[in-house]
Amino acid sequence: MKILVCISHVPDTTAKINFTNGDTEFDTNGVQFVINPNDEFGLTRAIWFKEKQGAHVTVVNVGGADTEATIRKALAIGADEAIRVNANPTDGFFVAKQLAEVVKAGSYDLVICGKESLDYNGGMVPGMLATMLGFNFVNSCVGIEVDGSTATLIREIDGGKETLTANLPLVIGGQKGIVEEKDLRIPNMRGIMTARTKALNVMEPIAADVKTKAVKFEKPAPKSAVKLISPDNLDELINLLHNEAKVI
Amino acid sequence: MSVLIYTEFAEGKFKKVALELASYAKKVAESLGTTVTAVTINAGDVSELGKYGVDKVLKVTDAKLDKFNAKAYADVVKQAAQKESANVVILSSTTDSLFLAPVVAVGLEAGYASNVVALPVSTNPFQVKRNAFSSKGFNVTEVTSDVKVLALAKNSFGLVETSGAAAAEDFAVSLNDADFNVVVQSQEKASGQVSIADAEVVVSGGRGLKGPENWGMIEELASVLGAATACSKPVSDLDWRPHSEHVGQTGKPVAANLYIAVGISGAIQHIAGINASKVKVVINTDPEAPFFKVADYGIVGDAFQIVPELISKLKAFKANN
Repeated sequence: MKILVCISHVPDTTAKINFTNGDTEFDTNGVQFVINPNDEFGLTRAIWFKEKQGAHVTVVNVGGADTEATIRKALAIGADEAIRVNANPTDGFFVAKQLAEVVKAGSYDLVICGKESLDYNGGMVPGMLATMLGFNFVNSCVGIEVDGSTATLIREIDGGKETLTANLPLVIGGQKGIVEEKDLRIPNMRGIMTARTKALNVMEPIAADVKTKAVKFEKPAPKSAVKLISPDNLDELINLLHNEAKVI
Repeated sequence: MSVLIYTEFAEGKFKKVALELASYAKKVAESLGTTVTAVTINAGDVSELGKYGVDKVLKVTDAKLDKFNAKAYADVVKQAAQKESANVVILSSTTDSLFLAPVVAVGLEAGYASNVVALPVSTNPFQVKRNAFSSKGFNVTEVTSDVKVLALAKNSFGLVETSGAAAAEDFAVSLNDADFNVVVQSQEKASGQVSIADAEVVVSGGRGLKGPENWGMIEELASVLGAATACSKPVSDLDWRPHSEHVGQTGKPVAANLYIAVGISGAIQHIAGINASKVKVVINTDPEAPFFKVADYGIVGDAFQIVPELISKLKAFKANN
């Protein structure tokens, strides 16, 4: 089984979010970048398939040369090889279009994406990619097993879970649950050393229509200070929630 | 060239987010000088949609569509959009609609903007404001394609009633066998509980509660308020509560009217996941807990004394209101 894991290079979850250049760009100054957490859960599951079922794992990222440290981390965790599509990821459609080319060129059986990235939270790429390729698609995936050419999947639904089956080739949008937090791997020294010698191929992008563009960014309005209520005066809390906030 | 919406119907009624979607679409349609058409799948009585601004309903009825299937549902939405020559297609942000939207967008060769939180900033050019960076920022996106697909963030617009009535007609769609290659084998849904996704009020517990045996009062507070229960990441990591209750940046997002955090300090990842909630209440012994910086109302004190007292006072309040 050939697996392609699509990874985004995103600000660490604790990063301060600021904008620059007249609020038209995300300010990367002082920001640590990581593998998008939803993608890392999927990558870890892919490494499990490699170890248990002999899968071959390729990671791919659409981004500039500055994302290579993030890609090397994925190799250090255990991916066999990597591809970087050398382009600024302008929107979900553009990224999906690039990834579709990578999938066609590499004839992958299983494409694992995160259900959304933690920067733009678009949740677009996995569904667009699957549709462009005509592959089966399961989103919000919290479990996957593969037996021959059939996958059994669990996806989250509002208020519960659903078990599905689908034949390969398949695209999934994964999230926490596909593996648990405790299953995530911190690269060891040997992994880091080997990652340096693994192939990281750079591909040039193909042209894609521009369908959306980010015009500007805004920060939320500053929040007014918390109203403190004495623990001896819970009636006041109920009064405020009922009459002021009007939520009960 | 109407505005088309897909309105989800479950357990005998339209979901609240579907009515919110209709309310939103009506305003968008007004600014474009057009009308709203809703497409429904195996829905019963659709008259309620008229009250929220829908002018026309296309009713699709097909036993093959009893369970959600992204490809087949996308075919339905696409064919409805083509029938209505819709330039703007808007979906809600339920798990199913977010699964569907990018499939629809590619099918219609449309640009897609998700997490839309307000009416378009402008309709020409077509620009919308979207949540980004886990609610730590907004992104104004211009959709430049002819057909535009939007997903409206939950609880971002509210319900607006009108005096209108919707004309309903049956709509036959052509479905492909290949649409059904992903097969649902079984579903597991907790019955009798409010799900975090649908809840208007969420009561959430953190490590300050000291152990799973102390969750009785959280469940009781939730039950008094008709709320869903949730928990912080450490609590689910410790297996005090099921993973499905974990809310935060890597857990479930919460966009409730009221979020009550009990014994949760408020790590930045937790706040990112719940920040879209309208009103936040924190109960914590530590006045320095970061949650107090983002909460609307706070009580510094011992949850083991406050929560039981709050439950009895709320019961009395509910009995009189």
